[in-house]
Amino acid sequence: MAVKKFVVGSFDDEAVLFPAVKKVRSAGYKIHDVYTPFPVHGLDHAMGLRETSLHTAGFIYGITGTTTALSFMSWVFTTDWPMNIGGKPHFPLPAFIPITFELTVLFAAVGMVMTFMYLCQLAPFVKKHVFHPRQSDDLFVMVIELTEKTRAEEVKAYLDSVGAKEINEQEVEAGWWLGRFDREDKLFSQRTTPVNA
Amino acid sequence: MHLKYESTLREPLVDGVKDYHQVTEDIIGPIEAKPGKLWYIGLFISISLLCFGIFSVTWEVYWGTGVWNLNKTIGWGWDITNFVWWVGIGHAGTLISAILLLFRQGWRTGVNRAAEAMTIFAVMCAGQFPIWHMGRVWMAFFVLPYPNTRGPLWVNFNSPLLWDVFAISTYFTVSLLFWYSGLLPDFATVRDRAKTKLRKYLYGIASFGWTGSTKHWQRHESLSLVLAGLSTPLVLSVHTIVSFDFATSVIPGWHTTIFPPYFVAGAIFSGFAMVQTLLIITRKILGLEEYITIGHVEAMNKVIVLTGSIVGVAYLTELFMAWYSGSRYEFDTFYKFRAAGPLGWSYWIMMTCNVLSPQVFWFKKMRRNIMVTFIMSIIVNIGMWFERFVIICTSLYRDYIPSSWGYYRPSWPEVGFYLGTFGLFFTCYFLFAKYFPVIAVAEIKHILKTSGHNYKEKMVKYETEDNDKFAHDQAHH
Repeated sequence: MAVKKFVVGSFDDEAVLFPAVKKVRSAGYKIHDVYTPFPVHGLDHAMGLRETSLHTAGFIYGITGTTTALSFMSWVFTTDWPMNIGGKPHFPLPAFIPITFELTVLFAAVGMVMTFMYLCQLAPFVKKHVFHPRQSDDLFVMVIELTEKTRAEEVKAYLDSVGAKEINEQEVEAGWWLGRFDREDKLFSQRTTPVNA
Repeated sequence: MHLKYESTLREPLVDGVKDYHQVTEDIIGPIEAKPGKLWYIGLFISISLLCFGIFSVTWEVYWGTGVWNLNKTIGWGWDITNFVWWVGIGHAGTLISAILLLFRQGWRTGVNRAAEAMTIFAVMCAGQFPIWHMGRVWMAFFVLPYPNTRGPLWVNFNSPLLWDVFAISTYFTVSLLFWYSGLLPDFATVRDRAKTKLRKYLYGIASFGWTGSTKHWQRHESLSLVLAGLSTPLVLSVHTIVSFDFATSVIPGWHTTIFPPYFVAGAIFSGFAMVQTLLIITRKILGLEEYITIGHVEAMNKVIVLTGSIVGVAYLTELFMAWYSGSRYEFDTFYKFRAAGPLGWSYWIMMTCNVLSPQVFWFKKMRRNIMVTFIMSIIVNIGMWFERFVIICTSLYRDYIPSSWGYYRPSWPEVGFYLGTFGLFFTCYFLFAKYFPVIAVAEIKHILKTSGHNYKEKMVKYETEDNDKFAHDQAHH
């Protein structure tokens, strides 16, 4: 896993954060992420993130549940063991609706939560680097990754000019993806071009 | 006369002068402080009740369901009454967390966390009743359609009792997922400000490594919205299916088509009463009156008077249909054995508690009175318990043959079992109130700048300006 260098700027107002994100992006710096204590609407667009497709996944899980329930119950009652239950039809579709509905919801909900946890790499005992302890309290923390082309001092000065309250530099392993986070990236220490060159 | 930036009907949802950090302090603070004496006393009583419940159930499992005062005529008594009562209570939590989210009701934010917790604990309690009612409870897994060596012999997918198995377990799972995914960011808040190592470690595990990344928030929002969309029909389906347990039978008093909407309205009615009971105590003890404001209490009382009236209409419709249908059995069940007869007293307790008494909430003064609300919430809880008792027992205790007529009163293990579920419920709730953020911190911060008292105050400056200038300014914002 790659240890990288970051410049971290903390903002105390989302009204300052928004223009700052836009300016930092147009200045060409690479925003690693922005950590916020609550969902700030529109920040994903400002950062240029694409829309999530999680709901589409949910729909697919849902119809999987529908088909599983319907086909299983139909197979049991018509093929595997047709039983005479009070002379009722072997394929009582209305009586299948409740369980079909429940399994649709169950599959969609469980599937979506599992997908959400996989995509965000969330699980018990997972520990990720926290850039600022108040990023879950009252600060909006913008983290800029230093590349071969950026100089730390320059980024710090720029963050200061766009209104960051607290600015520092951190050399950390920012996250992982089932052990293959940023596989294509070389370790910071192995880079040929020094960052502050 | 000045233009208002926002309707005066929109009260602030967060009172007092707050900023983001203050919100964290107010809600996370009680988790970090030592619990008071009252908390220990409450927890002790709850655990004692739970132990008595475990003893009662052990007694029942050892001797068999015969120790309950059930017989061939009255096959369902307190046990199923309690099952339906607890499931119903759970419904308010989902209504607040899911349906009010889809309807964009801002006030849900202050109460959704505790209400969802209540849902989960109530469904846990409800689930006990059908399970232990099975008698040979070690065979409980027979309700699952698994490939077995008896054929395989499958379960009967036509049976509403089996639909119940699927409905209740799905409801529990989905509510738990919805609740816990909402808790992740708040656990991260507790973790990040933890002063002790143990707390940092435990909340670190509980928060699943949440950081508050923008992409994660984006997915989180999408997840919450879809889970709300799924939970909304789910919650309606659950009590509908519970009502099918009765409605698909051929028992007079049970086989009515009005049951699904009538049960759902009753469930929300009783659930809101339980939310009021819990939150009025919680907001007082944890000092959260500025987050669960009198406005929140009033909003919930409005739901209570609405659903209570729906339930009242359902009672009257039943009475009308019992006469209008021309069925002798239907008529006798309602007019001779339910509204009159040896168990008639329970019918009139139900009518008084559920239909008459909630009408006080048509008055604003009553809706905004904490003491009245608290007493009413208890009355409604009692009334809704009696509704289930009336539906179940008064339909059964007078069979078709007068020789099998009987009276029903519970035996001590039945009462003990019920008390035990109170123990389970309140043990869970006390632990929740101490160790979990009882209000969704991130969600409060999200609405703070639109609905916080001090932020709304700022608008007064603009409002007192010249109307034309104000309108002009707003048009350009």
